[in-house]
Amino acid sequence: MRAWSILVQRDLLMAWRRSSDIFSVVMFFILAVVLFPLGVGPELDTLRKIAPGIIWVAALLAAMLSLDQLFQSDADDGSLDLLLLAPIPLETIVIAKCCAHWMVTGLPLILVAPILGILLNLPLSGLAVMILTLVISTPTISLLGSVGAALTIGARRGGVLVALLILPLLTPILIMSANAVDLALVGLNYTPLIALLGAFFLICLVICPFVAAAALRLAAE
Amino acid sequence: MLFEGLDWSVEAGGALILNGPNGSGKSSLLRVIAGLLTPSEGYVEYQGEKVHKAEDYRMAMHYVGHLNPVKPVFSVFENIKFWAELHGGREITPVLKIFGLGDLADVPGRLLSSGQKRRVVLANLLTVSRPIWLLDEPSVGLDEEAVAALVAAIESHRAKGGVIVAATHGELKLREAAILSLGVGPA
Repeated sequence: MRAWSILVQRDLLMAWRRSSDIFSVVMFFILAVVLFPLGVGPELDTLRKIAPGIIWVAALLAAMLSLDQLFQSDADDGSLDLLLLAPIPLETIVIAKCCAHWMVTGLPLILVAPILGILLNLPLSGLAVMILTLVISTPTISLLGSVGAALTIGARRGGVLVALLILPLLTPILIMSANAVDLALVGLNYTPLIALLGAFFLICLVICPFVAAAALRLAAE
Repeated sequence: MLFEGLDWSVEAGGALILNGPNGSGKSSLLRVIAGLLTPSEGYVEYQGEKVHKAEDYRMAMHYVGHLNPVKPVFSVFENIKFWAELHGGREITPVLKIFGLGDLADVPGRLLSSGQKRRVVLANLLTVSRPIWLLDEPSVGLDEEAVAALVAAIESHRAKGGVIVAATHGELKLREAAILSLGVGPA
């Protein structure tokens, strides 16, 4: 646990010192969402209808921007070899990295999302469910993303490759989240979808660290 | 096949120097010994037991690769502190002085020369006490003073019963070191 917190602190401090990376992810998210009303037109009903989908698609794409660096810089300077040889399980290291990644990308997206929801005329009832889906599922993005990032270490244009590998796997999140918000807007029961999102997160929490760790060991060979 | 038919051992206090032309497999052999690379045949033993990727063997070993894992956004002190804390290391300020890093403690990694980065990496060896040191060209980029400090650190490590396996092109003059020459064999 002590080693775990050392690793999280290191990644957080590193992200803080290079805060332009966090900033660019959040700015991309905001810009991508803000562009939609300009293209679709200002009808409030239309915007409310497409708001959940837009916000979730933009959040997924924004998160992709940051994933390729999850392990690449450690692989480039030889830190990865030392992490592999460190006296803690590699799976723990992966979870620590995912946790730090979520804090510097997922969390800022969650904080900005309410403002964007209001911008797109999303009523308060829908907004609350929107935030709930983001809170449950942005950690899933970090976990699945770690698998993609580990698999694409050393690949040219790794960022694009991560997106191609991981976005198809994230479609269940997009479908269930947008639907949950839609159901909440018409006053129907959305809790089964929230439960499914939670289940998806838990499955990823169990499986992804092992898969990513295996990919990292292969990358070191 | 990079190498085959290698069979040797290093006793406590011993040193093994790997030499040979570029591409002869010095680094790969060190990675095999470290457990980063799985050999297609053969094994490494530590205290009479096969060790591939074993936890207690990892706890007994320092590996210094040919790259310098020094983060540009962290200061010299922070870079050394991270690895020391991760391995449960002790006080690191005295270690800084040994490799002449005392005045550089607050300098961020991005401003260091390659020789200075190498010294930061070598300082990791001394923050945590481990019996086995695997060194891949440890003296690359070092000035004479730093090489002397490195040799002194290695000899004092050996005097305490430590083991050294180092790949080098002859810059490292160790006393009574066994030499393993890797040649470029038939492909």
